[in-house]
Amino acid sequence: MKDYEVIIGLEVHAELSTKTKMYCNCSTTFGADPNTHCCPICTGMPGVLPVLNERVVEYAVKAGLATNCEISRFSKQDRKNYFYPDLPKAFQTSQYDLPLCLGGHLDINVNGQKKTIGITRIHIEEDAGKLIHDAYTGDTLVDMNRCAVPLIEIVSEPDIRSADEAVAYMQTLKSILEYLEVCDCKMQEGSLRCDVNLSVRPVGQKEFGTRTETKNLNSFKAIHNSIEFEIKRQIEVLENGGKIYQETRRFDDAKGIGYAMRTKEDAHDYRYFPEPDLAPIILSDEYVDNIKNNLPEMPHIKKERYIKEFGLPEYDAEILTSSLKTANFFEKTNAICNNPKTVSNWIMGDMARMLNEKEMEIDESKVTEENLAELIMLMDKGTISSKIAKTVFEEMFETGENAKDIVEKKGLVQMSDEGAIKEICQKVVDANPQSIIDYKAGKDRAIGFLVGQIMKETKGKANPQIVNKLLLEIINK
Amino acid sequence: MSLYSLTLTEVAKKIKNKEVTIKEVLDDIYSRIEAVEPKVDAYITLTQDLAYKRAEELQQRLDNGEDIGVLGGVPIAIKDNICTNGVKTTCASRMLENFTPIYDATVIKRLEEAGAIVLGKTNMDEFAMGSSTETSYFKKTKNPWDLARVPGGSSGGSAAAVSAQMAYASLGSDTGGSIRQPASYCSVVGLKPTYGLVSRFGLVAFASSLDQIGPFARTVEDATMMLNVLAGHDNMDTTSANLEKQDYTEALVNDVKGKVIGIPTDFITEGIHADVKAAYDKAIETMKNAGAEIKEITLSYAKYSLATYYIVATAEASSNLGRYDGIRYGHRAEDFNDLEELYRKSRTEGFGPEVKRRIMLGTYVLSSGYYDAYYKRAQQVRTLIVENFKKAFEDCDVIMIPTAPNTSFKFGEHSASPLEMYLEDIYTVPVNIAGLPGISVPGGFDSKGLPIGIQFIAKSFDEKNLLQVAYTFEQNTDYHTKEPTIEEGK
Repeated sequence: MKDYEVIIGLEVHAELSTKTKMYCNCSTTFGADPNTHCCPICTGMPGVLPVLNERVVEYAVKAGLATNCEISRFSKQDRKNYFYPDLPKAFQTSQYDLPLCLGGHLDINVNGQKKTIGITRIHIEEDAGKLIHDAYTGDTLVDMNRCAVPLIEIVSEPDIRSADEAVAYMQTLKSILEYLEVCDCKMQEGSLRCDVNLSVRPVGQKEFGTRTETKNLNSFKAIHNSIEFEIKRQIEVLENGGKIYQETRRFDDAKGIGYAMRTKEDAHDYRYFPEPDLAPIILSDEYVDNIKNNLPEMPHIKKERYIKEFGLPEYDAEILTSSLKTANFFEKTNAICNNPKTVSNWIMGDMARMLNEKEMEIDESKVTEENLAELIMLMDKGTISSKIAKTVFEEMFETGENAKDIVEKKGLVQMSDEGAIKEICQKVVDANPQSIIDYKAGKDRAIGFLVGQIMKETKGKANPQIVNKLLLEIINK
Repeated sequence: MSLYSLTLTEVAKKIKNKEVTIKEVLDDIYSRIEAVEPKVDAYITLTQDLAYKRAEELQQRLDNGEDIGVLGGVPIAIKDNICTNGVKTTCASRMLENFTPIYDATVIKRLEEAGAIVLGKTNMDEFAMGSSTETSYFKKTKNPWDLARVPGGSSGGSAAAVSAQMAYASLGSDTGGSIRQPASYCSVVGLKPTYGLVSRFGLVAFASSLDQIGPFARTVEDATMMLNVLAGHDNMDTTSANLEKQDYTEALVNDVKGKVIGIPTDFITEGIHADVKAAYDKAIETMKNAGAEIKEITLSYAKYSLATYYIVATAEASSNLGRYDGIRYGHRAEDFNDLEELYRKSRTEGFGPEVKRRIMLGTYVLSSGYYDAYYKRAQQVRTLIVENFKKAFEDCDVIMIPTAPNTSFKFGEHSASPLEMYLEDIYTVPVNIAGLPGISVPGGFDSKGLPIGIQFIAKSFDEKNLLQVAYTFEQNTDYHTKEPTIEEGK
């Protein structure tokens, strides 16, 4: 088998988190009852006209600047004509030859290796509605709530060479969009999704192979698996002397297989032409500069700052800053308890694990920044042991109660009263003479057993340092 | 003199001075409609119930001493492609036979704020595509000057309603001449304002970059009153110009001394009816006698307007009419096996032949591989035509040409040859292509007694100059005082 090189380009669609739709005042809120967020304009009634939501331009310019694009001072919107029941005007307003942002790039990190991926363009366009197939009646119904929700399409250069790179690119893009607060990036709700253009060619061959486009992938796992699948498929076809057809494909993530939807032969002729109902978008230098000067701190800058300012290891800084929500949670918690490494450990450790189990985002957690800081301070003051803290955290996560209340209610305050601990140590030593003999015979493990017995007696509340100290005192007496 | 024969300005004054009640005005105009409409067929829908209800409200407010607006109580007709909340808006198409909008066009809101009363919705060419109102799915509107002939189009119903004194004024839309050409055929005043002066929100789109709403009226003064109400920025239409509001009645001055009127001799050449040419020459004399300076100008690119128009307008139409797919509203075929068949059958049944022809043309010129040769080239020529006019207006204030090369024709006369029909718009289309304001004013009659229109064209947003010249022409002629016979001609 020959060696093959994989060529991948991504088209990422990000729904912009504007309050209202692209050309009317309807709400963009996700999950409302069907056809409750629509009006004559977004449902394409006769005679209506679009008015561009200026926020859409602002958000797209932000995304362009954050990905090092040139911002076009003159761009226009075009109609992409095709018939489908989820597209009430029978055209999608998009941008064809004069997009808002051109020629950017962003840096990704794959297994410690830095790589730059080019960005061809970013343009604004409207989303379509949703078709709902009623299995009971066999009818197909249209929900137009999503019609004309604004999107940006971010088109990468064919610079990506593997599934890992594609996922890293998508993750980086996601964190940038989150930082800019222009997209809520809820992939499971479809507000961030991508199409994968992929081809393979024997190493050394100059011309690109024929590419396929796998549409609408909305999880990192699906992106990764679909790419692995498609690479394997294309190489197999070529190795067997077959031909790759330019086609649009779907990937069934549950089954782990991709399949062709339509070939180039029945591809649409979209008959693009400039949207006559909308004036060109003309931006002044002042407008662009103003947005540039007010961009928030980007992930890679924040990461450097965390290393410098908080003395965090690069690994911690990378994880904490990969999502703005996590970074914000970290900073707010640390501002209260001022113990960066411990805060980082909690967020990356127990908290991440439990969020993951529940498939929750950090801002959906019942544990607030104040609560986590309080828990850490209780540990720092020695009120509770780190072991108890884990139990307390689990309770906090489940119930949303604060640490102090849980500790008090359950009587989990750490025992630091030397007199009381000494008494228990003596009791345990007296009850286990064999252990003392073993210890004195050089078996250090015996100490561990005794400590365990003492912790059992105190229900884990005894301060372990004090226990160790007193126990040794008694034995060595 | 009967009430219905008064001008809009006169009847508004009588209402305001309480010489007549609004109900009396309505009774009178509806009885006129009852008498004449069976012969003319100008309306698709009449809205008596709503009109009388509104009349009552307005009268009450008037009696309470309130100002009910400059058009207070005046009955007006609306072309059936302008959306009226709760009143069917069909575009004279089977596709929208039962379509009732849930919103008012901005112009309807403006008219109602000014106190006007909507009488009904008028007949038109289907989706405003045509020059004779013959492509209407519902009926053929007759020319009040000769019932065997067309009223022109596409706003034929609106023109005929004003001409036959079944409305004091009406609204039409003009994409390539659809206000001015029927105004010419029916001997009324028809004004197409500058593109962007009047909001298009609620006008069912034919060709977005060319469409413009404007009034029909019996006099230039009445048209000016209407424009005062209609003009102005609308934040629902981003192509509407954000300019300071003007009082166009200031232009109603019978004086053209010092004004230069341009005559594009290279454009008015062949294909023009001898009687129209004679009326045009006479009109030039009239303006000269009124004190205007007459200057020959050239419009070398104007002759490409029609070709440009049939690419740009059909391209936009093919896209604008895509939404009539039988899914959400409008006509839906009864039997279909799959989505494609639903689309195909609904559109096949819902649209008439002229609409289909234009959708096909427009689809073709936008297709990949043809775009550059047609649509892109047409836009380039369009720019040349715009520049051509700009240059011409360096030498004159207003351009004067006939509105149409011919007078009204008989039903079916041009039906076999769409191209012949398209040529009727040769003098009106350049104005839309360049986005300029144009007005057709009664300018004489041919040997059969059929009306001839004279068209004035001005710079963008220079409606004041346009109206002043048109007003002066009208005041120095008496064609507008003639009333149609509402009979079949000889």
